[in-house]
Amino acid sequence: MTGHAGILRHAIQRLLGVIPTLLVLVTIAFFLIRVAPGGPFDAEKALPAEIQANLNVKYHLDEPLVQQYLRYLGQILTFDFGPSFQYKDWTVNELIGEGFPVSLTVGGLAMLLAFVVGTVIGVTAALRQNTAVDYGSMGFAMLGISIPNFVIAPLLILLFAVFLGWLPAGGWDWSLNRMVLPVITLALPVIAYVARLTRGSMIEVLHSNFIRTARAKGLPERAVILQHALKPALLPVISFMGPATAGLITGSVIVERIYAIPGLGSYFVQGALNRDYTLVMGVVIFYGLLIILLNFTVDMLYAWLNPKIRYDEKR
Amino acid sequence: MNDVVLRVQDLAVHYTVYEGGLLRSRERTIRAVDGVSFDLRAGEALGIVGESGCGKSTLARAILGLIRPTRGRVLWLGENLTELDEEALRRKRRELQIVFQDPLASLNPRMTVGDIIAEPLWTFFPKIATVQVEERVRGMMKMVGLLPNQINRYPHEFSGGQCQRIGIARALVLNPRLIICDEPVSALDVSIQAQIINLLQDLQRKLNLSLIFIAHDLSVVKHISDRVMVMYLGRSMEVSQQEHLYRRPLHPYTNALVKAVPIPDPRLARAQHETGLTGDMPSPFNPPEGCVFHTRCPYTVKRCRIEVPALRRMENDDWVACHRAEDLDLSIGKQAKLA
Repeated sequence: MTGHAGILRHAIQRLLGVIPTLLVLVTIAFFLIRVAPGGPFDAEKALPAEIQANLNVKYHLDEPLVQQYLRYLGQILTFDFGPSFQYKDWTVNELIGEGFPVSLTVGGLAMLLAFVVGTVIGVTAALRQNTAVDYGSMGFAMLGISIPNFVIAPLLILLFAVFLGWLPAGGWDWSLNRMVLPVITLALPVIAYVARLTRGSMIEVLHSNFIRTARAKGLPERAVILQHALKPALLPVISFMGPATAGLITGSVIVERIYAIPGLGSYFVQGALNRDYTLVMGVVIFYGLLIILLNFTVDMLYAWLNPKIRYDEKR
Repeated sequence: MNDVVLRVQDLAVHYTVYEGGLLRSRERTIRAVDGVSFDLRAGEALGIVGESGCGKSTLARAILGLIRPTRGRVLWLGENLTELDEEALRRKRRELQIVFQDPLASLNPRMTVGDIIAEPLWTFFPKIATVQVEERVRGMMKMVGLLPNQINRYPHEFSGGQCQRIGIARALVLNPRLIICDEPVSALDVSIQAQIINLLQDLQRKLNLSLIFIAHDLSVVKHISDRVMVMYLGRSMEVSQQEHLYRRPLHPYTNALVKAVPIPDPRLARAQHETGLTGDMPSPFNPPEGCVFHTRCPYTVKRCRIEVPALRRMENDDWVACHRAEDLDLSIGKQAKLA
């Protein structure tokens, strides 16, 4: 009655729910960016009115908004986000295709690092509750959360690139040693947050009755922690990881700027500043899809981790 | 006696509690269990009763080494468990098992019933064949009155009583020699309580288990116990044969508990007047001098306020910690008639 059929049904339901969510997202983004003052071809030195008009006709900007909106909807059904208004000779698809792998690599590595290091620190702190280890790691976590990355990044560059000369200060060539500093910069606050989350929930789980049972069964302490306590303790961490991963792999403008990384984050901000309608829309939709996909993954992980949420038909 | 399997001697568990002000914190000691001694024979069932907070559960866990006692010895087949290291103590779990109070919360919600019952087997016999484990688990489920085809279900799909059956199967799967049941039925409906108690009693006889059965209610332990120990504020007040204790309590506190047992017949219930107990249990931070019960005892004399009564042997191998045990006649039948 429970089990895989229930999970599958739930998965399909959730996937169908994606469509209206995306539609709302597209609609709001589309009208918001057009409500913003200025347009893609505004410049200090105004173009002659005729050329401006021709441009508008070419890109259908002369049509009523609703018509533009419907045209855009039809266009994105084929996953074509159109040409960029600002980057010459580039379509939005190409820009995303160029920037996303970079952001995905840096963000993904940062997330992986954050998850592993964060949970290890959190579990260690929980097992040594109220000792120097605990206070030390939680103090570190507090720092990690409070110091913004535009402070951490220059400090790391100063230390590792300028003083020690171990790593390059920035730039991008897909080599590992150029990734180290940006990955650490991105991961630090997440490590800190994950560590705090893990510690808190681990302490709670360790006090629960079924852990007492596991000990009474005669399990070695390692097995008690790994087989009984870890899974439930990671639940809150996993629900945090979904949106956090989306945030990291779509690229951080600040970190990409500081380390001169050609990622997706800078396109997003540049697009908005330049009123690059198609680019902003493309990145927004892409970002939205990613978040939905990651939340969906988190949901499925939840069902796997907790049999009580196996959404079976009878409940 | 030769067939004594468990001998608890002067066992004590004290907790230190820090009461924090911002500038200075105060250290206070709770004497959750304070010098409890008793023997348990092979195949014997000992009931332990007492009000909430009298240290029953702490005593249970201290015996099993789930809590390290502050003082005293726990001799299991002559071996002092309190001196064993973690690993050696863990090995002892094959022989000493416990059934917990809250049946559902004590089961890992992410494991199937089969996995829960099988886990001790895998732990102690890592090389055992899967088929053998499954056979054993199904056998255990049948023995405790569960359907073996429910083996792949999760705890939340069972009722409280069924969850306790799972807990019992889990405790028994390694063929232990001693089971401690820590208020196993307190969270269950009365009708289910009876089923679980009967099940435990059957299993105890069938498997010749030594059993310690903890409850806060005398009527619950009556049927299952050969002897009953009454606890108050971390100390043992009386340890008597079951049939003696219910008919002629030796300790005034036992007397109060026996009289507090509700009687289904209203006429008899009226005849049995108030328990004689007044007030609440004193704070365990600050137990009374002398006999811990003297603040609430209707028979208190000067000596009770000064001198701590030792647990001493009376006739028929019943034990009591009361200075006045010889003067008092607390026979239940007589009191009812007088009233």
